Amino acid sequence: MEIKHTALAGTLESSDIQFTLSKGTGVEINLDSQVEKQFGNQIRKVITDLLADYGIENVNVRAVDKGALDCTIKARLIAAIQRATDTQNQPNWEVLG
Amino acid sequence: MLNKVNREIPDDILKEKNYKPFETTEIGNPETTYVAHQVKVSQGDNKLVESIPEVIEKTGLKNGMTISFHHHFREGDFVFNMVMQEIINEGFQDLTLAPSSLTNVMNDMVIKAIKAGTISHITSSGMRGTLGDFISHGGLKDPVVLRSHGNRARSIENGDIKIDVAFLGVPNADAVGNANAIHGDAVFGSMGYSLMDAKYADKVVLLTDTIMPYPNTPASIEQTQVDYVVKVPKVGDPDKIGSGATRFTKDPKELKIAEMVNQVITHSEYFKDGFSFQTGSGGAALAVSRYLRKSMIAKNIKASFALGGITKPTVDLLEEGLVNKILDVQDFDKGAAASMANNENQQEIDSSWYADPYNKGAAVNQLDVCILSALEIDTKFNVNVMTGSDGVLRGAIGGHQDAANAKLTIISAPLVRGRIATVVNDVTTVVTPGDSIDVLVTEVGIAINPKRKDLIAALKNVPGVPVYTIEELQKRAEAVVGKPEPLEFTDRPVALIEYRDGSLIDTVYQVKD
Repeated sequence: MEIKHTALAGTLESSDIQFTLSKGTGVEINLDSQVEKQFGNQIRKVITDLLADYGIENVNVRAVDKGALDCTIKARLIAAIQRATDTQNQPNWEVLG
Repeated sequence: MLNKVNREIPDDILKEKNYKPFETTEIGNPETTYVAHQVKVSQGDNKLVESIPEVIEKTGLKNGMTISFHHHFREGDFVFNMVMQEIINEGFQDLTLAPSSLTNVMNDMVIKAIKAGTISHITSSGMRGTLGDFISHGGLKDPVVLRSHGNRARSIENGDIKIDVAFLGVPNADAVGNANAIHGDAVFGSMGYSLMDAKYADKVVLLTDTIMPYPNTPASIEQTQVDYVVKVPKVGDPDKIGSGATRFTKDPKELKIAEMVNQVITHSEYFKDGFSFQTGSGGAALAVSRYLRKSMIAKNIKASFALGGITKPTVDLLEEGLVNKILDVQDFDKGAAASMANNENQQEIDSSWYADPYNKGAAVNQLDVCILSALEIDTKFNVNVMTGSDGVLRGAIGGHQDAANAKLTIISAPLVRGRIATVVNDVTTVVTPGDSIDVLVTEVGIAINPKRKDLIAALKNVPGVPVYTIEELQKRAEAVVGKPEPLEFTDRPVALIEYRDGSLIDTVYQVKD
């Protein structure tokens, strides 16, 4: 799936994560996390796996994490992907399921 | 070698610094000798000195000496920065800084003094913010020594901390050195921690913005102890010393914890007429006093005393007649500080009286119930209040180790904070050994130290208080946040955590970035 334009999801509140997705070449993840030392790799894995599930191969991911749980990270990233790919009205049920 | 809480304590530190590894929370009845301090005889005249440079010269401060301050002004302190800046300016080197604790407002000045070579050793109750970060990244060659308030008193008495010059800010003083902290612009109530410095330092300097007519009573620090009095423009910012009155939390999670803590207290054998308690200033701990009040009225139970750092809600209980006495080593808000002037049952106590393990009996030894907080607690009930989830110094021992010797010690803490678990397999830093912790209360339920079979029996069927093992709570926390990667440290120690008896309970290492 292609990123059509820059899109944002999430907030900078405690326990949330804010994603900004924009066009890029290859998958580039720029993560700024309060819990980088303990969970940085885990967060990157959640992001990479989910992007792969959607078949997104070219994207710049900017993530500002305020200690979000994995479920929150997934929810915010899905919202950002749907917005960036203009698929809000055609959710990818296979990934969501 | 491994100490009794399974922490590896480097042998060279034990040897070099003449430490014993932590063994037990039992203090027993050892014999000790208190050190004497030097007295330069004065007739009491000419103590009033014009300026800080002049008083530094008069004290005879030299390179390599130990200087002390107190932290009663908290984030409103002007005195520390004024004095320290002058000491740096005059080029002093290799001093030991031995304050009762360090607040954020002092951080930049301490870093400056370390970089200038003015300070080469530090002992404190704790540190946070930029200073904690600086030290945790190896900013000071010699490891910082962290001591509880009771342990600082012990160390001053036995000479482990030998204060050459104490610089003590006070809201008022007369020209001969009688001072209290209940009148003036920058009142902070009890002078508890600084009373040790006044009693044991070779040279005692008071700094105040309000000179009172002689004799200034009530005198917490007495003229017999004071060498010099310096008038400065302003000792502190009253608005930053403490909030008006500490507010009760509205956070539903904290309220739930507080309600459960109250259930634990009221269903224990200690909840009877004449019981005593200490609550901290944290959200949940503070809210407990509101629930406790209701239970006390309902059961017609009055407390003999409340201890420790005092807040307005505790003073309200005193004024309502639900608490007979307050033993007050420190005040956390203006309400508590101001009431000290009016309530004869709010007794100022020094940190030896409060919590010293090596005197003829401290107030903490008489304490029934104590509610404490935790950054982390592990499955051995060991508590960390010193290092954050990134391994960086960001806390203070305070009275944690001391008050934990209450008959019923309750840790109130959320199961997780954001993505960080509070209940873990092993705490990053052991500050208070699990042996002195009895019950952990979280928002999902409680865990009781298995050695307290009496409490397990007393609390097994309390409505609304589910009982888990601490291992179950740890697993539950991990199920929510996931399994963190272990923190990485270098092999260079940056801080030594003493237990209250002066033994070494843990070492904090420089963080790897």
